[in-house]
Amino acid sequence: MTALSIFKNVRLPKFSRSKDLSDRVGLFMLASYILFFLLFLVFPLGTLIIKSVQDQNGNFIGLKNYLLYLQEPALFQSFFNSLFIAIVSTIIVVILAFSFAYALTRTCIPFKGFFRLIALIPLLSPSILAAIALVYWLGNKGVLKALLFGNSIYGPIGIILASVYWTFPHALMILSTSLSLSDSRLYEAAEVLKTTKLRAFLTITIPGARYGIISTAFVIFTQVFTDFGVPKVIGGNYNMLATDIYKEVVGMQNFQMGAVISLVLLFPSLIAFFIDQYSRKKQISLLTSRSVVFKPKKSFGVDSLMLGYCTFITVIILMMIGMAQFGALVKFWPYDLSFTLKHYQFEVAGLGWESFYNSIRLAFYTAIFGTIIIFIGSYIVEKLKSDERLRGILQLFTLMPMSVPGLVLGLSYIFYFNAKDNPINFIYATMTILVINTIVHFYTVSHLTGVTVLKQMDKEFESVSLSLKIPLYKMFWKVTLPVCLPTIFDISIYLFVNAMTTVSGVIFLYTYNTTLASVSAIHLDEQGDVAAAAAMAMLIVYVSVLVRIIHTVFTKGILRRTQAWRHDTPNAANDVTKA
Amino acid sequence: MSEKSRHIFLSVENLSKNFGSFRAIQDISIDIEEGEFVCFLGPSGCGKTTLLRCIAGLETQSSGSITQKDVEISLLPPSARDFGIVFQSYALFPNLTVFSNISYGLINHKWGKDKITSRVNELLDMVGLKSHEAKYPGQLSGGEQQRVALARALATSPGLLLLDEPLSALDAKVRIYLRKQIKDLHRKLGITTIMVTHDQEEAQSMADRIFVMKDGKIIQSGSPKEIYEKANSPFIADFIGITNFIDARVLSKNKVACHAFEVECNTEDMSADLPVRLAIRPESIYLNRAASDVDNCVDAIIIENEFLGSFQRIYVESTSLSNELLMIDVANNSLTEMDLTPGSQIHITLPPDQIRVYPCDCSFHFQKRKAT
Repeated sequence: MTALSIFKNVRLPKFSRSKDLSDRVGLFMLASYILFFLLFLVFPLGTLIIKSVQDQNGNFIGLKNYLLYLQEPALFQSFFNSLFIAIVSTIIVVILAFSFAYALTRTCIPFKGFFRLIALIPLLSPSILAAIALVYWLGNKGVLKALLFGNSIYGPIGIILASVYWTFPHALMILSTSLSLSDSRLYEAAEVLKTTKLRAFLTITIPGARYGIISTAFVIFTQVFTDFGVPKVIGGNYNMLATDIYKEVVGMQNFQMGAVISLVLLFPSLIAFFIDQYSRKKQISLLTSRSVVFKPKKSFGVDSLMLGYCTFITVIILMMIGMAQFGALVKFWPYDLSFTLKHYQFEVAGLGWESFYNSIRLAFYTAIFGTIIIFIGSYIVEKLKSDERLRGILQLFTLMPMSVPGLVLGLSYIFYFNAKDNPINFIYATMTILVINTIVHFYTVSHLTGVTVLKQMDKEFESVSLSLKIPLYKMFWKVTLPVCLPTIFDISIYLFVNAMTTVSGVIFLYTYNTTLASVSAIHLDEQGDVAAAAAMAMLIVYVSVLVRIIHTVFTKGILRRTQAWRHDTPNAANDVTKA
Repeated sequence: MSEKSRHIFLSVENLSKNFGSFRAIQDISIDIEEGEFVCFLGPSGCGKTTLLRCIAGLETQSSGSITQKDVEISLLPPSARDFGIVFQSYALFPNLTVFSNISYGLINHKWGKDKITSRVNELLDMVGLKSHEAKYPGQLSGGEQQRVALARALATSPGLLLLDEPLSALDAKVRIYLRKQIKDLHRKLGITTIMVTHDQEEAQSMADRIFVMKDGKIIQSGSPKEIYEKANSPFIADFIGITNFIDARVLSKNKVACHAFEVECNTEDMSADLPVRLAIRPESIYLNRAASDVDNCVDAIIIENEFLGSFQRIYVESTSLSNELLMIDVANNSLTEMDLTPGSQIHITLPPDQIRVYPCDCSFHFQKRKAT
């Protein structure tokens, strides 16, 4: 080695600026968030992996559990069943939701607001509500059983139908966002060049929505693939991965096999996640500041067709939710249709209203603490440049929860927090662990919402504040928070509703004192009391609707005061004339 | 350049900044005098904004030092330095009124309410925005917003004002108006000001001194007039204003050959046979009615004639000088009854003292300018 090459390898001490208060606070926060994710995401998942290579007594046995899994045809079959159901459901949902989103964004049909409102209803209920409603409509005593031509609703048909129902609004939201961003100049150019409508659709509309479609497909695939509630209620003897994990852990107390299947469940979700991330990176903004927003033109043929289609979907959604409500209110379906409230007396089934109150508490805590934690977290990731390397790590952590199915997260919490030697073992079997689990479970979407709104804020705000010697936390309080308030409300409502409806994340973590409404609905159904299950699921819907209404009213009121600056029309007066 | 009589306010020494393997600025040393208005001028990506951000502490240099008022500030965080800054994007807080935006930095001073109000009013008056104090930034035009940003930056009476392309987002007329307003403010307050811009006209009209930057280095500095008249490279001659370039070869002292014509010009001590590039501004070339005995008079044909308001730009072809068209600017009031329609035969003169001679730099390619 020559003297010169040695010199090249010596790293000169890097210049580093001395830290001011903002820097130090920022660094401390960054470190705290990383610790949070290590404790409540990374370490639990690590424990899950360790569990999968141990025997019942905790001895290392390598990949023996995995071999056992592969040798068990019934378990192995579940994998393909889950894959099949997820793929078929995804294809159906993408087609249905794309058409619906197209009708809402690209046609001149009336009642768009109403259609949109109805289409989002499934978001307000746990996924099992769809399954329960299907049992009423198409089950053994169902009104429309004839439509199945002798097939049973308990099995793949039921799972697919229910999955399509509850994932439809998720797909609709992503697709209508990507369809609403479009430059009308492109269509005008196409028209001037004498392009047919179909060719314009295939060469402008579809490519423009391409990334939205890909993203939707992966999101829906993961949701269906990892969902637990639907196959539990309507799956019959059709085994899927999610129900297998439950059976192994709760039924057979075989935690090791539960861990193995969890990792099998995690794997496709991870792949879907990475492909989606990759395709997002390739996405370039099709809209520039010079684009002219697309305004649909009237077309009798297309509009009528789409109006019919939207009406059809809306009727189906209303039929589903309506039937669940009806079933909860009649004495004995389908023999005695007289009105009763007795199904709401859960004490009869050995489960009180306690679980309902617990759910509300969970949702409330999750919304409050989750919103604070997540929004500050997104600010740290997006705006604080105190340490690039730590920031990168935190960024990765914030995206991870999206790829971890709730069931897997819940199981990993059991392994990690139930361990006797864990110093934070005390949170096990409390409301706290349910809240933390739910926050982590729904972290990514809320985080990305926060990041998106923060990205829209001028990146020089921080520089201006520093030059005026205002510490960043003061600016956060005075500017960032007020400007982002509408988004912060959106995050809180998202967390609240999801905490009310989630099943998969909490099914392993609730205890006698912390039963939850969504879980109770599953147990009621398990006991054969479908009407009570429907009643419980409907309670969740009521609360979600109520909270939505309060949220809307509250938001409007508070926004009128804090967002006054938003509503004024910009007045681009010419300075020169005024001077 | 640096007279010892005036006080050096800001001094940058051997400053470099790397982003990974990209060297954004390389070994820059400059001194800025108290009360001076300087411009960092250069094409995008030349490192001018990085240099400004290093001075502000918003970026940390890889090496080198910065001294402000004899205090080394190289490693101080932005909040410990003394400057106000205005960005191209205004960066006004959208949820705060004009008043609250301007008083934003005054809060730290623990002033009484009355004192803050009177200071804000003073600033509003200064930037000509009285009666706008209760409005939100969204209700103002771009130019008005930028004036609010300026008032906010000046509110705490900083010793140094940094302007990062402050006028680039504005319409042409507003830009010219604000140029003057900023210049007036500077004259009135005497605050040392550094502006970054890619607009040579802006730099020329505002700065006391211009630092022309390219590829992370300062390639020339001086007053606007010096830089325009004595550009030290073809790059600057081309970047600042408009210039005709003519390829040539040195014949003997003060004589070069272009195609079929010998041109008199100041070759200083360039050796014979050296390939050179001549540069002459369009307004420096004369039109002659008839052939003349003066130096560098050559015949040409008018190809194209552009009316540009107060003057006309004439594109002529003179095959004995160059293959490319030459531009000549003629003020409208000096236009004679000479026939300037395309196709007319004329004579042009290139005064020797107006021609700058550069040794041919093969790495630099000129934009081809041809009448279309």
